[in-house]
Amino acid sequence: MLRPSTSIPRRGHGPLWRNPAVRALATQVILLIALVVVIGLLIHNTLINLDARGINTGFDFLDRRAGFPISQTLIQYTSDSTYGRTFVVGLLNTLLVSALGIVAATIIGFLVGIARLSPNWLLARLAACYVEIFRNIPLLLQILFWYFAVLRSLPSPRQSISLFDAFFFNVRGLIMPAPDTQPAFVAVWGALLAAIVATVGLVVYGRRRQAATGKALPSGRIGMVLIIGLPIVVYFLAGRPLSWSMPELGGFNFRGGMNVVPELLALWLALSIYTASFIAEIVRSGIQSVPGGQTEAARSLSLPGGLTLRKIVLPQAMRVIIPQMTSQYLNLIKNSSLATAIGYPDLVAVFAGTTLNQTGQSIEIIAMTMAVYLVISLLISLLMNIYNARVAIRER
Amino acid sequence: MGTYKSALMALAAGTTLAFTLTHAAQAATLDDVKSRGQLRCGVSDGLPGFSNPDANGKWQGIDVETCRAVAAAVLDDPGKVAFSPLTAKERFTAVQSGEVDMLSRNTTWTASRDNSMGLNFTGVNFYDGQGFMIRKDLGINSAKELDGASVCVNSGTTTELNLADYFRANNMQYQAVSFDEMNQTAAGFDSGRCDVLTSDSSQLAALRLQLSDPDSVKILPERISKEPLGPVVRQGDDQWFDIVKWTLFAMVNAEELGVTSQNVDQMRDNPPNPNVARLLGKDGNFGQQMGLTNDWAYNIVKKVGNYGEVYAKTVGAQSPLKIDRGINALWNQGGVMYAPPVR
Repeated sequence: MLRPSTSIPRRGHGPLWRNPAVRALATQVILLIALVVVIGLLIHNTLINLDARGINTGFDFLDRRAGFPISQTLIQYTSDSTYGRTFVVGLLNTLLVSALGIVAATIIGFLVGIARLSPNWLLARLAACYVEIFRNIPLLLQILFWYFAVLRSLPSPRQSISLFDAFFFNVRGLIMPAPDTQPAFVAVWGALLAAIVATVGLVVYGRRRQAATGKALPSGRIGMVLIIGLPIVVYFLAGRPLSWSMPELGGFNFRGGMNVVPELLALWLALSIYTASFIAEIVRSGIQSVPGGQTEAARSLSLPGGLTLRKIVLPQAMRVIIPQMTSQYLNLIKNSSLATAIGYPDLVAVFAGTTLNQTGQSIEIIAMTMAVYLVISLLISLLMNIYNARVAIRER
Repeated sequence: MGTYKSALMALAAGTTLAFTLTHAAQAATLDDVKSRGQLRCGVSDGLPGFSNPDANGKWQGIDVETCRAVAAAVLDDPGKVAFSPLTAKERFTAVQSGEVDMLSRNTTWTASRDNSMGLNFTGVNFYDGQGFMIRKDLGINSAKELDGASVCVNSGTTTELNLADYFRANNMQYQAVSFDEMNQTAAGFDSGRCDVLTSDSSQLAALRLQLSDPDSVKILPERISKEPLGPVVRQGDDQWFDIVKWTLFAMVNAEELGVTSQNVDQMRDNPPNPNVARLLGKDGNFGQQMGLTNDWAYNIVKKVGNYGEVYAKTVGAQSPLKIDRGINALWNQGGVMYAPPVR
């Protein structure tokens, strides 16, 4: 009996240009070469033009003395430092405000998003008001508001609002005692690290035990005690290897201590509050995407509301939430460049702004700045994608 | 097939762009301005006395008048100027890229700007020096007492660098708060973020008037730097460089020769001396040598005024700023304003 063949007959070897694989490869190669040539031409022309107009090129400027100070630096920096160091200082400041903003926006966003779905009428309406107000006002306006309007109402250094004579809040920012650690303090860091590792181990063990026996372990609470308690115990055992530099009013301003500049506070506040309004909506849509039956089923097992949210609803909602959260985190980092409006020394302000203006090497500086934002964004995106893959629904 | 076609189009467009870029570098600014019928001039984004739009939205100030004088010399009409307000950070890129034909924006002439940024300074229209403004109630009388102060400053300026040098030289500490725009810097000072505002002293005089309580502040006596401010053009176009440079010289020469916008017609018809005759185009072809008409300087003085007139009405006695002529007086009256002769 004859059956029609189910396999496609192999083609004979025709001319190369008839072969789709070869043709596809050839076009790709030609396009790639053309692209390289065009980019090369553009770079070449730009360099010739820059040279013809007598504009300096190259990256030598990174080793030259910057000559200007920066109001907030996380690493050692003076006006004698190089432009290269300016770049690092700006980058760290951008990362600092972004990291602080992401943490705060996530916390506020989750709280508000959950509150919007609360059965409590007042709470739900308040959350809705929050979202509508802060989502609809341009971020720059909010930054300027938090900075100039609030700053103007703060007292001068001499009339600071003080707490225990150690924390002072005034128009120059928040001044607080600065920790001054001695070498033995390393032991405390070690204890903290050990406590964190132990807690992670405990959580993993607790989950396994629960899966096997059904008995839950209060690993969260135990972990908390460990993380806070262990370093404190070690701190006293090591002979209290920590002193505090206390702020004191002298001359124009406070000396000693640590100063959190109001530019950082204002930018952090504005970025967190603005981004949180978007995150709240994402969280709400995520929670609403979980079928109501899940909650009802949990209630019929008489699980408490908080546990239902934490163990049943949120884990499922996360699949909807994570990809959108990634975009919000990226937006927050890019939006932090509005810092320049209020004088917070972020990468764009000190490097793509001041350094560019002092050296005039716009092409190199803009290229470096763009590369930084690209790398940060790709890294965040990668991390979030890894996390997303972990929380994605898995067929068992 | 559509993909290949659009890729090829993009390729062609890219290549054309690359070639246009090379070509554009050699074009003459004078021809561009004439064919456009308009001068594009970069000015400050709002500094009373230098460049600031008035209540009717018309730009006013000494830097603005410099632009108008160039337009009068080249296009015979001081009104044919398109003003681009630029922040300190934007200004040089705007000139380098050809976005503006000239920059007239209280910009300090320094070696690095002149030599390594593809720019040419055409002269000085205001000699300034950096000073400090401080609230009176702090009881400070000298810049030497500023140890530990926090200072509001405009970022990307020579001011920012002089400030660092001055405090270092005097072994003093300070905290700088740098803003992008001058009005933000002033707002920072006004809200008490800093003890001191530093800038060129002429700017301090202008900014003081914008504060919520101008009488509560004062300007300290020290001048910690030389700030020769003047117009800037792109390097590599000598003809245009000469035109902007000689526009400034024509205004200063006119003041020195006593030619004003009031008497310029009479002076041209009956030149009192050969110097005036050469300046106003009755003798020689000094305008044509630059590619202009011979009555270029007449147009400047008639339609904009001589240097002294412009100074008086923008920053001097007839203006709210009332800045003394000081070293900006003519060389034969105790100042340093000195223009090469037209001959």
